[in-house]
Amino acid sequence: MNFVVPDFYPAAAEIFVAIMALVVMLASTFARGVRWLAYALTQFTLIAAAFVTIYTLKGDVSYTFSNLFIGDLLGDLLKLLIYFSMAIALLYGRGYLADRNIDKPEYYVLALLMTLGMMVMVTANHMLPLYIGLEMMSLGLYAMVAFDRDSARSTEAGMKYFVLGALASGLLLYGMSMIYGATGSLEFSGIANAVYHQAANKTVLLFGIVFLMAGISFKLGVVPFHMWVPDVYQGAPSAVTLIIATAPKLAAFAMAVRLLIWGLFDVAEQWQSMLMFVAVLSIILGNLAAIAQTNLKRMLAYSGISHMGFMLLGLLSGVVEGDRHYALNAYSSAMFYAVSYVIMSLASFGMIILLSRAGFEADSIDDFKGLNKRSPWFAAMMMFVMFSMAGIPFFIGFFAKLSVLQAVVAAGYLWIAIIAVVMSVIGAFYYLRVVKVMYFDPPVDPAPIHAPAELRVLLSANGLAIAALGLAPQALMSVCAYALLASL
Amino acid sequence: MTDMQKLYLVVPLAPLAGAILAGLFGKLIGRTGAHVATILGVAVAFIASIYIFRDVQAGNTFNGTVYTWMEAGGLSFEVGFMIDQLTVMMMLVVTFVSLMVHIYTIGYMHEDPGYQRFFSYISLFTFSMLMLVMSNNFLQLFFGWEAVGLVSYLLIGFWYERPTAIYANLKAFLVNRVGDFGFLLGIGLVAAYAGSLNYVEVFAQASDLATQEMAVTGWPLITAICICLFIGAMGKSAQVPLHVWLPDSMEGPTPISALIHAATMVTAGIFMVARMSPLFELSDVALSFVLVIGATTALFMGFLGIVQNDIKRVVAYSTLSQLGYMTVALGVSAYSAAVFHLMTHAFFKALLFLGAGSVIMGMHHDQDMRNMGGLWKYMPVTWITSLLGSLALIGFPFFSGFYSKDSIIEAVHASHIPGAGYALFCVMLGVFVTAFYSFRMYFLVFHGKERFGQAHHHDGEHHHDEHEEEDAHAGDHHHGLAPGQKPHESPWVVTVPLLLLAIPSVLIGFFTIEPMLFGSWFDGVIFVGDNHVGLEELAAHFHGPVAMALHGLQTAPFWLAMGGVVVAWFFYMVKPGIPAAIQRTFKPIHTLLENKYFFDRFNEIFFAGGARLLGKGLWKAGDQGLIDGIAINGTAKLVGWIAQMSRLFQTGHIYQYAFTMIIGVFILLTFWFNRG
Repeated sequence: MNFVVPDFYPAAAEIFVAIMALVVMLASTFARGVRWLAYALTQFTLIAAAFVTIYTLKGDVSYTFSNLFIGDLLGDLLKLLIYFSMAIALLYGRGYLADRNIDKPEYYVLALLMTLGMMVMVTANHMLPLYIGLEMMSLGLYAMVAFDRDSARSTEAGMKYFVLGALASGLLLYGMSMIYGATGSLEFSGIANAVYHQAANKTVLLFGIVFLMAGISFKLGVVPFHMWVPDVYQGAPSAVTLIIATAPKLAAFAMAVRLLIWGLFDVAEQWQSMLMFVAVLSIILGNLAAIAQTNLKRMLAYSGISHMGFMLLGLLSGVVEGDRHYALNAYSSAMFYAVSYVIMSLASFGMIILLSRAGFEADSIDDFKGLNKRSPWFAAMMMFVMFSMAGIPFFIGFFAKLSVLQAVVAAGYLWIAIIAVVMSVIGAFYYLRVVKVMYFDPPVDPAPIHAPAELRVLLSANGLAIAALGLAPQALMSVCAYALLASL
Repeated sequence: MTDMQKLYLVVPLAPLAGAILAGLFGKLIGRTGAHVATILGVAVAFIASIYIFRDVQAGNTFNGTVYTWMEAGGLSFEVGFMIDQLTVMMMLVVTFVSLMVHIYTIGYMHEDPGYQRFFSYISLFTFSMLMLVMSNNFLQLFFGWEAVGLVSYLLIGFWYERPTAIYANLKAFLVNRVGDFGFLLGIGLVAAYAGSLNYVEVFAQASDLATQEMAVTGWPLITAICICLFIGAMGKSAQVPLHVWLPDSMEGPTPISALIHAATMVTAGIFMVARMSPLFELSDVALSFVLVIGATTALFMGFLGIVQNDIKRVVAYSTLSQLGYMTVALGVSAYSAAVFHLMTHAFFKALLFLGAGSVIMGMHHDQDMRNMGGLWKYMPVTWITSLLGSLALIGFPFFSGFYSKDSIIEAVHASHIPGAGYALFCVMLGVFVTAFYSFRMYFLVFHGKERFGQAHHHDGEHHHDEHEEEDAHAGDHHHGLAPGQKPHESPWVVTVPLLLLAIPSVLIGFFTIEPMLFGSWFDGVIFVGDNHVGLEELAAHFHGPVAMALHGLQTAPFWLAMGGVVVAWFFYMVKPGIPAAIQRTFKPIHTLLENKYFFDRFNEIFFAGGARLLGKGLWKAGDQGLIDGIAINGTAKLVGWIAQMSRLFQTGHIYQYAFTMIIGVFILLTFWFNRG
């Protein structure tokens, strides 16, 4: 057996981020006094990683590390989006962390390692790296949720997240072992091959799929594996909630695509009906429960549950009675939904951070009362975000909903579309309530908003992007379709 | 994108940029900045329009998509331009009149605190109107249609402290909603049966549509489409019975009365029908409907002009009547005559409105003609230009209005479509009425005894709110002239637009009648079916504009007009007692006219009252009982209950969370295994 030096080139970005994470760790140890260093290095890493990814971007698919790693357009695009959303999330959160004196360098090391975990998930071609990436991401997140260790809420949330996450990992791992047992392969193409030739034991396979589904659902935060979502969103420092609600959703989407579509496409109708179950429940429960919330972070948590349910609508309508004609359209609509959700989520939690100060969390809906009097501009931005999340036309959220709904209708699941639309109408209530309190209620605290300039500028750009992408959604839709087309 | 296409984009976008600058950054750039920015925007649009006009003259038309917004269900929603002879003519008219009005506004609004806002609105209007006329599809047409309606609403209520202005803009909004409902139905029918919103694609299927019947009802499809679209035009172009909003719209500042409620927006309906000529030509029923509505408007709205004392309202009713003329022309398939009249009317009516505005400024914002008289001495430019405008309006030979109006009357004469006889009667009598009220206004304002500076008459209806205030501040310069004070001529920013508008008001008919009506200018743009006469018969008798004008001196319309002028002169200059005597003798008719045929009262009692009654019934039984009680509050309670229940599950205990996950796996497992 001779050792072949693997081709490092496709994985250049991963290697770079891994090295930089260590560099940040060392630098912050030796230059403890320079507070901005870790932050600056992290942002540099994310930006440079984007350049590396773009530089190594190739039209075709490349494998390396004995087929454990795959470099394709879908992965590259998702990685770029992950850097992008991480960079923005860190920028939004910086002042918030400084105000609470938790802007430790370790935070940024964790963020980078977490990013690396997501990158590994996105480029995995094999169950093992997928699982390793997932754990790497999750461990980083657990620690970040509990980062404000003097806050009981934060540590409690971190604990819950960790225990439930461990349970979910166990389920996922169990599912993976079942799949391995059924198909004899851990590589996605091997699994697909075995399933295609019907070499797999059907019962064991189905058993495995159920457990995989549990793991994926937990990471996406959909019913009935959603229980952690509201508590963690609320308990975690807002800057961390911002991170949980954004990039990991993209990684989880990638996980779902790789596992389900790459590995198990030939039993699509099995997992589609399971997805239907979780998606419909999520849309219903997420929207209904959000209404009863007075805490904005909790409300956004439930809204996130329903959004993930919507995203799954795209994934579950790819194959109809063996006809794969609609697959590309359906999956790209799901991807478009995920990307749109990340953009909206960034802005919504960004707004909470904008209004928060040292010793004060603006995480109650009441804190948004009279925002129009305090800052008409940011009230308008928040209105954009809320309108977009509610799916009101001319914002990106509308097109996201429209695209998944047309995919569902094309697949013939009219009843799902009806439930989804009715639930969106109900959901519009709590989004519009935020708009209502901003514009029609007197402010509780009439003080004008103090926030760093970069936060103001970027948040404005974020809000405007939601509106602008709503006017020209076609480009983003095409990119999603193209990325999936190249790797399906 | 070619250079020409970029230029097409510049035309609507330049005013939009001006509007955004003046509207959002009005405080920053100040009053001067606001008017410079917007005037520059409109001037660029005007110059670009001239250039495009030359290009179209050279035979380069364009029809294409600029931006595709989205595609859904086989329909594509686009922004596209159709640049042809009709469009480019409208672009020139819109940008020219708009430019004049922009300049005029500097003088008219210079004391107003909402200066920047006003400039922003009128530039926004110019953008919307250009989008409307340049469109190559129904969706964009509808966008422009609604956008001009919105700006019109904003501008009628520009002085939002006045309750009458708020009432007027609400009325305009609601009445237009009725029209838009029809319009939208028409567009919906087109989309449903033709499967496209693009003009050219729809027109290509026109003959196919003509053979179809509507589902369920069995109505001829093309007639239904045309009548629905025309109902939209009735709202926008203020045709009976949807005309009630236009006189009230005079609550807005005068420049917008000139731009929006005379020259451009109200003619959008006429433009739209002319654009849709390939559809309307296929339905005689729809054309007859158009004809009768137009004829009724032309005559009966003219009558109302006679009894008005507010100078702006006289001009407003004359606008209604002239719009009626244009509609009549559409009804007899003389589309090019309608568009021709639209153009000449835009110039002379804008001139008359701006002249009226100048008088109002000279009179220190007193609009009652009974307080005027003998103004010619004090306001020479306004006097001469208003005289020219009035002569154009009554159709005096050689003036632009003569050519357009005479062509319409001749076209009606030649037509055989049902209703043409009634229409001929209306338009002929209308000529007399037009001349009478125009010159009544002219004599009352510019000639006769000087009645200003004395005890004021008040138009009881419109100045109630100001009345008491006025007595308190007798010398306040916003409420008419104080005793001894003299009117004064307006500044040059006001008189220059008057002079510039007077030129086309007098001349444009003479120079353009030949190519527009009888030449090949509108070939391939406007269609006249073989079974309709249109302007063919006129073309046979046309021997140049001079001959037409000389011939015009011997025809009935000329003598009717002269009769109107003479009667007005006799009533208001020679024997001022006569009108009062007539008013006493024919009390019921006068009451009928004073109350505008009780249209408003009828609407208020029948539609508003009926709607309220219906609403109340539905509210009590349907809303409170069924919907509120069961549906809304019931579902809300249910939703609230579920929400509360879901909170119960969210206990915060980690073992319960884990348990829920296990249950989830359990459900998935059992269900999918039992399924097989």
